[in-house]
Amino acid sequence: MTATEISSNEQYNFEVVKKFAFMAIIWGLIGMSIGVYIASELAWPIMNMDIPYITFGRLRPAHTSSVIFGFGGSALFATSYYIVQRTCQARLFGEGLATFTFWGWQAAIVLADISYMLGYTQAREYAEMEWPIDLLIEVTWVSYLIVFVGTIMKRKQPHIYVANWFFLSFILATALLHTFNNLAVPISLFSMKSYSLFAGTQDAMTQWWYGHNAVGFFLTAAFLGMMYYFVPKQAGRPIYSYRLSIVHFWALSFLYMWVGAHHLHWTALPDWTSTLAATFSIMLLLPSWGGMINGIMTLSGAWDKLRTDPIMRFMIVALSFYGMATFEGPLMALKDVNALSHYTDWTVGHVHSGALGWVAMITFGSLYHMIPKLWNTKIWSEKLIGIHFWLATIGVLMYITAMWISGITQGLMWRAFDQYGNLQYSFVESVAAMHPLYVMRAFGGMFFLTGMVLMATNIMMTIRQGGRAAAISPAVKLASAGV
Amino acid sequence: MGWIYWFSSYEHTKPLALVILFVTFVVILVYVYGNKKRGETIESHKNIPFLDDDSNAREEKK
Repeated sequence: MTATEISSNEQYNFEVVKKFAFMAIIWGLIGMSIGVYIASELAWPIMNMDIPYITFGRLRPAHTSSVIFGFGGSALFATSYYIVQRTCQARLFGEGLATFTFWGWQAAIVLADISYMLGYTQAREYAEMEWPIDLLIEVTWVSYLIVFVGTIMKRKQPHIYVANWFFLSFILATALLHTFNNLAVPISLFSMKSYSLFAGTQDAMTQWWYGHNAVGFFLTAAFLGMMYYFVPKQAGRPIYSYRLSIVHFWALSFLYMWVGAHHLHWTALPDWTSTLAATFSIMLLLPSWGGMINGIMTLSGAWDKLRTDPIMRFMIVALSFYGMATFEGPLMALKDVNALSHYTDWTVGHVHSGALGWVAMITFGSLYHMIPKLWNTKIWSEKLIGIHFWLATIGVLMYITAMWISGITQGLMWRAFDQYGNLQYSFVESVAAMHPLYVMRAFGGMFFLTGMVLMATNIMMTIRQGGRAAAISPAVKLASAGV
Repeated sequence: MGWIYWFSSYEHTKPLALVILFVTFVVILVYVYGNKKRGETIESHKNIPFLDDDSNAREEKK
């Protein structure tokens, strides 16, 4: 019997994919709920309730870790394991190791969230976990690399499809970033507390080399891997240009590594480093837009699908946000623009334009495509996907509009001088000016979260429906055989 | 071994890195777009995501 003659559910290891896909939904709910709560704390500070565990400072890393690593990470594990099997036509390498990556990853995020609320942090953005959790992540990540590379090595398809290139670069780059950013000395073997191996400007450089490449490889390259498989599958037509995808991959992989220092303009960083980062950020616009055009043009000749297919709508809007965010990023990396935008809510708006508009939307589209296939059923309600799409789109637009206005207002108020050369506004006046925009941001988040709740309902019902069908089908077969 | 010190100066290594990386990029571009036949072979890989659809279709017919 050849590999293609047996059921794909038997041919491939979908159990671990199902687990990760399910947990992506759960972490989406948790992470976005925390996000809405802390956005509300900024708008209505009474919600802090004088409880230290739920103050903004402690919940904020719990929010970022839950959405980036919990929701995004679990979705990436799920889709990369799904795609590498289907495009290599090979079963996942190392069944036990793959299952270990699931439990290791989930444990790391649970421990991280609890430790943040208890006040443990190494205060490195998007890498706040203290050293024992970092070690757990390290082991899990190396296992992930072994599973992924092992599957590629036993492939039946001679060519490695481009989506796998993006996933592999994401796994390798994240391993490097995580290792070097977290080099630290614990104060004792039985203490959670540790101190970084780096100091001063070098510490800042290491942090932002990590921080921006986490955006570049975790939140961009990996999700592009998702895009290069699921957009063609959902559109029912191959990617617009495979050659462009190759140029996209190499240019993006090379350019991203240099741009982290644009987070440190106008600091103690040497000026040439700052200029280098700004220059590479501008160059990065070209591969980013090349990739976006490649994705969107896949629909060329079938634009009507945007009217009829809500999953396709999620994917194309995600690519549009990818284009917008990767235009805004280089703009903000220019030193003169950065002088206004840095330390303001504009940065928060930019991050969420990428995180909600690009990362979350492409994940929603991909999960809506993949989950019914995993459980061998149809989606429970297409109408709910349509409603989710509009709630998510309105939510993102409200969020980023509020943060643009808020950020530019902050930047202008902080640099305004009166006729005597004194600062025109006190800091608290700028805080008061932000209030209505913080309320608007919280409502934007609520829209997005409501969409996520609808998705969770739709997915749970789909899984239930798939489970019932699986339970019934052996009985039907027996009945039709007259047993 | 004195020549190795040449690499210790930023004034030397920065333009050298620029030349190496730019040439690499041009080589990738020429490889991808330079030959029509090779281009067609590369483009044919875009169908890989659809190759295991046949088995699914057979499965559904059953």
